[in-house]
Amino acid sequence: MLSIRNLSRPGLGPVDLSLAGGEIAALTGPSGAGKSLLLRAIADLDPNEGEVRLDGEARDDIPAPAWRRRVSYVAAESGWWADVVISHFENPAAAIRMLPDLGLDEGALNWPVSRLSTGEKQRLALIRSVTLKPKVMLLDEPTSGLDDDSKSRVEKVLNDLVADGMSLLIVTHDNAQAKRLKASVHRVEGGRLVEGPS
Amino acid sequence: MNFISLGYGDLVLASLLLLFSGVLSIRLRLGLEKQIGIAALRMVIQLFLIGMVLKLLFQSVSPLWTAIAAAVMVGFAGREAAARQTRKFTGWWTYGLGTSSLMLAGTIVTVLALTTQIRPDPWFDPRFAIPILGMIMGNTMNGVSIGLDRLLGEAVREKVALEARLALGHDRTRAFRPLVRNAVRAGLMNIINAMSAAGLVSLPGMMTGQILAGIDPTEAVKYQILIMFLIAGSTGLGTLAAVMFAVRRLTDSRHRLRLDHLRVQDV
Repeated sequence: MLSIRNLSRPGLGPVDLSLAGGEIAALTGPSGAGKSLLLRAIADLDPNEGEVRLDGEARDDIPAPAWRRRVSYVAAESGWWADVVISHFENPAAAIRMLPDLGLDEGALNWPVSRLSTGEKQRLALIRSVTLKPKVMLLDEPTSGLDDDSKSRVEKVLNDLVADGMSLLIVTHDNAQAKRLKASVHRVEGGRLVEGPS
Repeated sequence: MNFISLGYGDLVLASLLLLFSGVLSIRLRLGLEKQIGIAALRMVIQLFLIGMVLKLLFQSVSPLWTAIAAAVMVGFAGREAAARQTRKFTGWWTYGLGTSSLMLAGTIVTVLALTTQIRPDPWFDPRFAIPILGMIMGNTMNGVSIGLDRLLGEAVREKVALEARLALGHDRTRAFRPLVRNAVRAGLMNIINAMSAAGLVSLPGMMTGQILAGIDPTEAVKYQILIMFLIAGSTGLGTLAAVMFAVRRLTDSRHRLRLDHLRVQDV
């Protein structure tokens, strides 16, 4: 589904990686190794070189906004630009259906952003991207800072998405999580991929 | 006409007021005396020089010299607008962006006013062209400078939110929309305030000048209204152009946020 060849930018690569439909891959490695840089490069958020294809279609042939709707990057720190949560959602109805799955209050979309905790922001940002129905999601530490209950809820949601055919590339520091998600593990060191768990 | 000519002694007398502010600054240790002094000195020298230049220009009525004078004015306005930025683009981009926006707005509005409303003969007569351009440029420069400053500042501060939007597949125009709105609004605030307060709180400078020179107040008012419209039009056009150009430079064709196009700043 997603194939990456010779992807590089300063501090990263060249990286080769491919991800089948319904596959989860986990990126592990020390801080500053280039895990986030890799996700950002795939989403084309920083200038980069190399070949990235989705279902055979070259990224460079697709306008960047359309690419990012198909290959959705969720940053470790979520960004909010309006005062009320609901203004950030293109499909609020679908988002509301997901709230209980992630342990969020059903009225959360009507809250002001200023009221959200870090963990709530993180889960809402995940819902915000999921409801755009991307084919691939690039998740940067989606459960850092969540309690165990929320963490397992997120993992359950991710498993369901993968069962529906979505591909996931996840940055995690938690090897146990990679195991629970049945993810193939890629270790990143010095901006390059080193196969296998640490 | 009951025009009263001023002697140099009158100017010296008025400058004592500024001297008093300078003394206050020294006594209260505000540290402003140097800035005040330099600004006052610049003002006097620049105005005397421009007085002489204008006299020569008005005598010649040459399209070439009028165009050169206009270009120099726009160049200085661009430099002032760029110098006041807290954050700047790398290279000449800040200056280039500001100056081209000022040139665009100033030229369109001034030429429009000269050819359709004021209609001197010839239309480029410097006695009309240069003062009109000057008033338009002074105000448009403020709008451009404030608008750019606001946009660049917010782009840096709102980096995470901007990138979240881009990652969600918003194009750069959509992602930057609230920032563009804030920047243009800030740039236009001065002229909106000036129009709202005109006549009630403040008597605009040009109108006051015409009245002091003996023109009938109702005639002076008509000129002032025209100038206000020209200034508002040019400030709007110039600020919007500068902000839109800057959004292009803050991003690239792949709709990425390119804060690396800004100079690194250590505050």
